[in-house]
Amino acid sequence: MKISYKWLQEYINLNENPDVLADKVSLTGIEVAGVRYPDKGLKKIVVGHVNSIEPHPDSDHLNICQVEVGESEPYQIVCGAPNVAAGQDVIVALPGSRIANNVKIKKSKMRGVESKGMICALQEIGFPDNVVPKEYANGIYVFTEPVKVGEPVFKYLGMDDAILDFDITPNRADTLGMHGTAWEVGAMYHEKPTFKQPELTETNTKAQDLLRVSVENKAVVPGYYLRIVENVQIKPSPMWLQIHLWNAGIRPINNVVDITNYIMLAYGQPMHAFDYDKLTRKEILVRDAKAGEVITSLDGEGHQLDPEDIVITDGVIPTGIAGVMGGLDSEITASSKTVVLEAAVFNGTRIRKTAQRHNLRTDASTRFEKGIDTASVTDALNAAASLLAQLADGAVAQGILVGNDIQPKDAVIAIRLARINHILGTELTLPQVQAIFENLGFGVTISDTDLMTVSVPPRRWDISIEADLVEEVARMYGYDNLPATLPKIAMTPGKFNPQQRFIRRSKTLLQSAGLSEVISYALTTRAKAQQFTMTADTALTKLDWPMTEDHAYLRLNLVSGLLNDIAYNVARNQTDLAIYEQGRAFTKKAGQIRPIEREYLAGAVTGLVSGDNWAQGKQVVDFYYLKGILDTYLADHDYTGDISYVANTDRPELHPGRCADVYVGEQFVGFIGQVHPATAKAYAIPETYVFQLDLSTLLALPTTTLVSQSAPKYPATSRDIAVLLPDTVTNAQVEAIIKRRGGQHLQNIHLFDVYAGKNIEAGHKSLAYSLTFQNPEATLTESEINEQMTHIIAYLTETLHAEIR
Amino acid sequence: MSLKSDLEQLKEKGLAQIKTVDSTKVLNDIRVSLLGKKGPITNVLRGMKDLSAEERPQVGSFANEVRDSLTAAIETKKQELQTQLLNEQLSAETIDVTLPGRPVEIGTSHVLTQVQNDIEELFIGMGYQVVDGPEVEEDHYNFEMMNMPKDHPARDMQDTFYITNEVLMRTHTSPVQARTLEKHDFNQGPLKMISPGRVYRRDTDDATHSHQFHQIEGLVVDKHITMADLKGTLEVLAKHVFGADRKIRLRPSYFPFTEPSVEVDVSCFKCGGKGCAVCKYTGWIEVLGAGMVHPNVIENAGIDSKIYGGFAFGLGPDRFAMLKYGIDDIREFYLNDIRFLHQFKVED
Repeated sequence: MKISYKWLQEYINLNENPDVLADKVSLTGIEVAGVRYPDKGLKKIVVGHVNSIEPHPDSDHLNICQVEVGESEPYQIVCGAPNVAAGQDVIVALPGSRIANNVKIKKSKMRGVESKGMICALQEIGFPDNVVPKEYANGIYVFTEPVKVGEPVFKYLGMDDAILDFDITPNRADTLGMHGTAWEVGAMYHEKPTFKQPELTETNTKAQDLLRVSVENKAVVPGYYLRIVENVQIKPSPMWLQIHLWNAGIRPINNVVDITNYIMLAYGQPMHAFDYDKLTRKEILVRDAKAGEVITSLDGEGHQLDPEDIVITDGVIPTGIAGVMGGLDSEITASSKTVVLEAAVFNGTRIRKTAQRHNLRTDASTRFEKGIDTASVTDALNAAASLLAQLADGAVAQGILVGNDIQPKDAVIAIRLARINHILGTELTLPQVQAIFENLGFGVTISDTDLMTVSVPPRRWDISIEADLVEEVARMYGYDNLPATLPKIAMTPGKFNPQQRFIRRSKTLLQSAGLSEVISYALTTRAKAQQFTMTADTALTKLDWPMTEDHAYLRLNLVSGLLNDIAYNVARNQTDLAIYEQGRAFTKKAGQIRPIEREYLAGAVTGLVSGDNWAQGKQVVDFYYLKGILDTYLADHDYTGDISYVANTDRPELHPGRCADVYVGEQFVGFIGQVHPATAKAYAIPETYVFQLDLSTLLALPTTTLVSQSAPKYPATSRDIAVLLPDTVTNAQVEAIIKRRGGQHLQNIHLFDVYAGKNIEAGHKSLAYSLTFQNPEATLTESEINEQMTHIIAYLTETLHAEIR
Repeated sequence: MSLKSDLEQLKEKGLAQIKTVDSTKVLNDIRVSLLGKKGPITNVLRGMKDLSAEERPQVGSFANEVRDSLTAAIETKKQELQTQLLNEQLSAETIDVTLPGRPVEIGTSHVLTQVQNDIEELFIGMGYQVVDGPEVEEDHYNFEMMNMPKDHPARDMQDTFYITNEVLMRTHTSPVQARTLEKHDFNQGPLKMISPGRVYRRDTDDATHSHQFHQIEGLVVDKHITMADLKGTLEVLAKHVFGADRKIRLRPSYFPFTEPSVEVDVSCFKCGGKGCAVCKYTGWIEVLGAGMVHPNVIENAGIDSKIYGGFAFGLGPDRFAMLKYGIDDIREFYLNDIRFLHQFKVED
């Protein structure tokens, strides 16, 4: 809402710098987004009187004008506006003047003819296009009321004002009218606003003889009032009215329309005027629309009505969408004679839905949906009628036609001073609080020492409970004046829960291993959402109404997001990448509505671990690089179950020969592998290795409780063993046998060589292990170790047909 | 007296010899030749038997003196030569210390995680718990429990991704508060919590909007929580995140779930409040929303709002990070350009 400082001054005694006022309003009530001074930066722009015009000899559209500007001689000004004419009072930018956008006007020659300045359109001195009266939209502005030649134009155009841009929150619709705003600003300055209700003279014609009115669904139209004004002369409004409108951002149209807009701005009460003579049935029936009904609104748009819309009808046919916009068929035009004025209260929710449904958000609908002052509906109607009599020579028919009569009531709230101080942490006194309420126009009676009974007028419909009153006190007292303390309450331990600690530790470990954290979108495409899944519960969760297909489904995996990130980076020549994400996957069984949110952890590496450098050759990422990271990560947690990797050829997005499922004990916890070349191609990424773990599962697995051991006192002994095996035998098989037959003192199995090729039979490989034995109780003897080695060798030979080298 | 003068000469000569030696081998030879079993001093000592009883102790002690001083000189020289040798060896081992070290890569934490961790740790330190909750929420918890019934106009302020009529992507982390409040047993003490996490709004992604972003909301409920406590708590937060010199200011605002509601500005950390491009020449930057929990929210959780009350606040790590590091496009957080991410190395 654009608030004119001068308009405010009509209601309250206000002598504050507008910028300071704006700050104060922002700190006590409503955010002021800015202050605009319409004449700011403009200079030497004066009223001129066009003495005569003659066509420019070398132009088909320019005129040479002799213009009085208050100097001894008229100025010759060349003007290209189509509507310039002798005898007009116009806006003249003198040589040396500044017009809008800091443009400087100089003496110049136009096609050889000297021109001293410029005759201006309103837009040229800073008026937005959307407030310029239509008749001056494509030409210069012409004054219609007496002005003094040579005087600056600003006061005549209402530009010597400050316009405050109130950015209101939904609860403060009371400031969508100047009256409400005056109450608000007045309360800040301890000034009570005064509003003059204009006098109204009625004719002997009875309104009820001209029109019948009824409201069908009274629940959604709690107040409905009409007045009829006859013999109306449609013409432009006087300057004062036009200025009030355009400074509020509304274009003046004609006196009838302007009056309805002015009343809306003043009272916050939307008004509608329509042409009585266009009502075929001399009846107004307000009802819910019927399916299939149509209407063309004032803006010329056709609308299919919905049964949830409220319509104004002539008894049968809709003539307006209630609270939103009038119908074209009953529009006020230049020939209108009898005007029906409507002031009503419509159900806010209904109006909001209608405005949304028809994409018609108007000044009226905004006010109805946010809430209006139900106590001033008829005041607004009477004021409008009075102005029609004054400014349009209308004759106001006797009586108000009432479709439904609203009974405005004050909200009465009891509150104790102690309660206010308790909530705010203040030590305010009764007189302080009482003054705040009274400044706001609330009634206060005091009983039982500090119990205030506060009557809040309907204008402030946002106030209905204690907490609302507390807010009024807090903001008017000033938040800057509130003390700043910390809660004085019982101590509570602050600590992360096990899952939060686990996640934090996981991130630290992966970062230490060189992976950087990324955060991807949880909403993705249908295809990507269901890749790299790890459960049988792979039903998709789809948004009902997505913004784009790129973000329409909840992910069942984190890897696809990582691959997006890799693609994004590779496309920007960042090819060596090690990244991870910790976040949620949304798994779901078919038929289930809300997914289960599981905490996942996924990593991806591609390119080089490290490039060529003077000290060592480049190292390329591979399966075992990522596996090493995963090994370290999993080893950190001391699960009671063993960690194992089981080859899996069936994961569709992974290389069938380079993929393993990861188990802790018997529990599947995730996978690791190379992204399938076909998948990699689809993402436009190079060779990439990924892993994904279900942290929710990992977190639930049993871990060993650490009991400290002293460092061993007796030395360890190690033995090397190399075994020749068929290719198909895995390291895991060999290690399992060594472990099983290694005896209780076998401490560690370390694979130090894998060899195939020269000197090795085709289809075979050689694995070389270093086995460490240690007895914490004594030094192991040669023969004890030999005995274990014999067992191991025998079993390896027997079960795996290994040849010991 | 000739024996003594012989010894005198022997000492002079020996010391001179030792002084000029430049190798340990030669030094050893000298030692053997002067002090060995066949050496001159031994000879002198052997010749003592021919001396008188008066002379014998004098010459004997002088001979010992000569032997000791020669031994000491040799030892000193030996140390000297060894040091010299070591220095030569070390000099030969000199490397170019300016060559780069062998690379060790460590990863970075995402800047949003850094901001979130920082704030979480602050509140943990003040005795809050950190509570997580579902990102796919029920309308009931996301809106209705937060005092936004079905037709509430404020729902328009938060355009929502619905999955069904009753299930949606949470638009804020407030539903976590509603869930926690509902379960909290005040016999166990006050409720002090923050709820961080991802939230979603039906927005078109651009420089200042993202359909996915983050929130941290805080809630304290007990019998004697005041708005002054809210102000004090937010002051601690603002100073922690934006610097010890920061001031805050509260402005009236509107949220359905708090009453009174305020927007919180922090004095500009760039210009200190004088006015600059960062604060749009106002000296203040809007950083979060807060207020006293609306009695309906308390009652909706089955708690008597006449006895219990409290404050709540909500902030956006995305916005905090943008302000703190001068990031002008929110999409940077989710595109994960590695060059962008690697800038943020230090979690402080």
